[in-house]
Amino acid sequence: MMLGRTAGGLFWMFRYLERSDSLVRMINAALNMALIPTTDTEVVWRSVLTTTGQEALFVDRHESFEPIEVVNFLLREPAHNQSLRAMIEQARNNGREMRTAITRETWEAMNDCWLMVDDVLSDKVTMREVPEVIRLMTRQSALVYGAQQATMMRDNTNSFCRLGKSIERALSTARLLDVKNFVLLSSASDVGSPTDSLQWETLLRSVSAYDSYMRLHKGKVSAASIVDFLVLDDRMPRSLAYSTARIVDALGYLDRRHEEQIDANKLATEMFDVVDEATVDSIMDFGLHQFLSRFIADTGRVANQIEKDFRFYE
Amino acid sequence: MGVAAFDEMNGLDGASGDRRGCYRQYGDWYDAEDTRRLRSKVREARSVFRTTGITFNTYEDENQSSSTERLIPFDIVPRILTSGEWADVAKGLEQRVSAINDFLFDVYHDAEIVKAGVVPETLVFGNQGYLPQMAGFSPPGNVYTHIVGVDLVRTDEDEFYVLEDNARTPSGVSYMLENRETMQRMFPELFADLNIEPVRNYPSRLRASLESCMAADPQRATPNNNDTTIALLTPGVHNSAYYEHTFLASKLGAALVEAHDLRIAGSRLTMRTTGGYAPIDVLYRRVDDDFLDPLTFRPDSMLGVAGLFDIYRAGNLTIANAPGTGLADDKALYSYMPEIIKFYSGTEPLLKNVHTWRCSEPDSLAYVLDHLDELVVKQVNGSGGYGMLVGPAASKRDLARFRRKLIAKSSEYVAQPTLALSTVPIFKQSELVPRHVDLRPFVLTSPNGVDIVPGGLTRVALKKGSLVVNSSQGGGTKDTWVLADD
Repeated sequence: MMLGRTAGGLFWMFRYLERSDSLVRMINAALNMALIPTTDTEVVWRSVLTTTGQEALFVDRHESFEPIEVVNFLLREPAHNQSLRAMIEQARNNGREMRTAITRETWEAMNDCWLMVDDVLSDKVTMREVPEVIRLMTRQSALVYGAQQATMMRDNTNSFCRLGKSIERALSTARLLDVKNFVLLSSASDVGSPTDSLQWETLLRSVSAYDSYMRLHKGKVSAASIVDFLVLDDRMPRSLAYSTARIVDALGYLDRRHEEQIDANKLATEMFDVVDEATVDSIMDFGLHQFLSRFIADTGRVANQIEKDFRFYE
Repeated sequence: MGVAAFDEMNGLDGASGDRRGCYRQYGDWYDAEDTRRLRSKVREARSVFRTTGITFNTYEDENQSSSTERLIPFDIVPRILTSGEWADVAKGLEQRVSAINDFLFDVYHDAEIVKAGVVPETLVFGNQGYLPQMAGFSPPGNVYTHIVGVDLVRTDEDEFYVLEDNARTPSGVSYMLENRETMQRMFPELFADLNIEPVRNYPSRLRASLESCMAADPQRATPNNNDTTIALLTPGVHNSAYYEHTFLASKLGAALVEAHDLRIAGSRLTMRTTGGYAPIDVLYRRVDDDFLDPLTFRPDSMLGVAGLFDIYRAGNLTIANAPGTGLADDKALYSYMPEIIKFYSGTEPLLKNVHTWRCSEPDSLAYVLDHLDELVVKQVNGSGGYGMLVGPAASKRDLARFRRKLIAKSSEYVAQPTLALSTVPIFKQSELVPRHVDLRPFVLTSPNGVDIVPGGLTRVALKKGSLVVNSSQGGGTKDTWVLADD
């Protein structure tokens, strides 16, 4: 049996890694959006800040939503513990502390990722440098995931890595969708307007699913099919259905290997059932925002229960 | 300083072209190498160490709350010993470490050596390293010194001296292993051509050694080594040797625990796992005695486990090294080591001890004060090269400062002559330049005897003429090769 502290350290290492990975995707999508002449860039950047929950902190320290200011804030603001730099450092320090539990390859990829981030983000970046930072970052985190998949035993240890990644990914997609639905929709344009489909396109790019979606839905963008895709399609690796299935997998595995009752498994199965039994219509009837809020709260509860069940802390 | 030193590659006169036998093959290879390629290898080594995260922490403030990670400089020129040289060294180490273990058993039991008047009573029982709580207790297998790092220096073709014994919590073995792995990665051709004794099985030998020191568990019918649970206790991620702790725990198949992962449950020491509290058989601790159990040792310690010592004394746990072993590191006791070895082994010591003046003795103190600029002065309880004076290299101010310290607290110091430590070349820019080295082999003790992996950690002073090799003082390391008999 592995140490509870180690399990917790790995769970959070992969949560931070996944969270920073999501952040990079969002920044990338926002950059693409901002290239379109009709876009109100302030709306775009403000929505990224809202999604990451950092709008208040940003407004506190900055006068305007100057894109390069937002980007630097998200990537490296020292006072900001959810910046890309801070999260990668945290993931790497967890990896270092839990070095005995992960393979050499996984550790070296994580350490390399940190060394690279520390290097490129040591000074403020300019707008011209941002695409390169994003490219490097996307590659470096893919290398960590690749090393993890290729070298780690499919055991308890790996299950905690997967849990951290899946929980964070579920939260990230749900928040993205919720911000799009609630904040943007309620404020600006009508559903189906050109601006709106541009916003949906950004959303799809934020989860690296634009091409897949277009192929699957023959180039037609609608709120219903996007909900179907991002919530219910279990072939889509960032959908809620996919992430919850992975959470239930990992917890089921751990449950079978632990003598005591794993309550998190029960909670996760309930959460999975809600997604599994939902349809686009039932979600829309219930209200997408209400559905997502409940999902986010449920995911938080599962995460808390995991910490308790597996004795992450004393 | 200009001490005439024995160079292990080129012999006493240091003239190249006439290399010593063990360096001949390496030298031929080196001569044929392009220095540009070697320079790129130096960079490659650095990046390997950086990616692997082979770092040590240096403390920025006194209370050790913040630290930065640094790389230990690695030099690509190996330190080479012949099989004959090593065999002699190994024999000497076995004799010395066995005697240290016997000495510890004796002083915590009948203290025959004190009764016989060989070692003064106050030096043992009045010593900071002596743990009264260990008196009368026999650790599992009667082993105290599970792992000892002995610091050796060489002054001539066949003269090795022991500079100090590290029996408390010796570190550095991960560098021995990583240095070898790095060299093999960079220069595979050398390992194909030369017959070099491997060191890579150190972790499995350590594990076997620790398992055979396991406390007999009354609740278990027959102890089965396959399910021995070993835990390595670390002070945590900010400790200077944290990398080594993770490295060894991985290779040993041990859990890497911190004090807050541990708890006493029933009669056992247990650790908090995801499935509940699981018992530990062997605790390989990398913390000092003081930090083991706040109830027994230091009430203010945050690093220990309350009640651990009771479990230990009840015979339900093996602690490596045994508490109270640090006594053997004392530098005043060191000066009695030849007598200690003779007392227990009945034979003459094979490895030399450096002549040591105990400043607690008035005659010695007078001599030391008179010759301060020629001597090396050490604190009896010091380690890591801190609080030490190298007379010939010291400034007038340092000499005056130490003079005052010696007069005020004479019993806390010993002095030794400045030895002409041997040199081994390092690769600097594009050439080989001699630098002083020492050697720390790692000696394992179990009820089955003493086991030593051929080689050890070679530390090298990177500054010209410097005799201080400690990594905390800017020293580097080298791979150490023991050539096998053909």
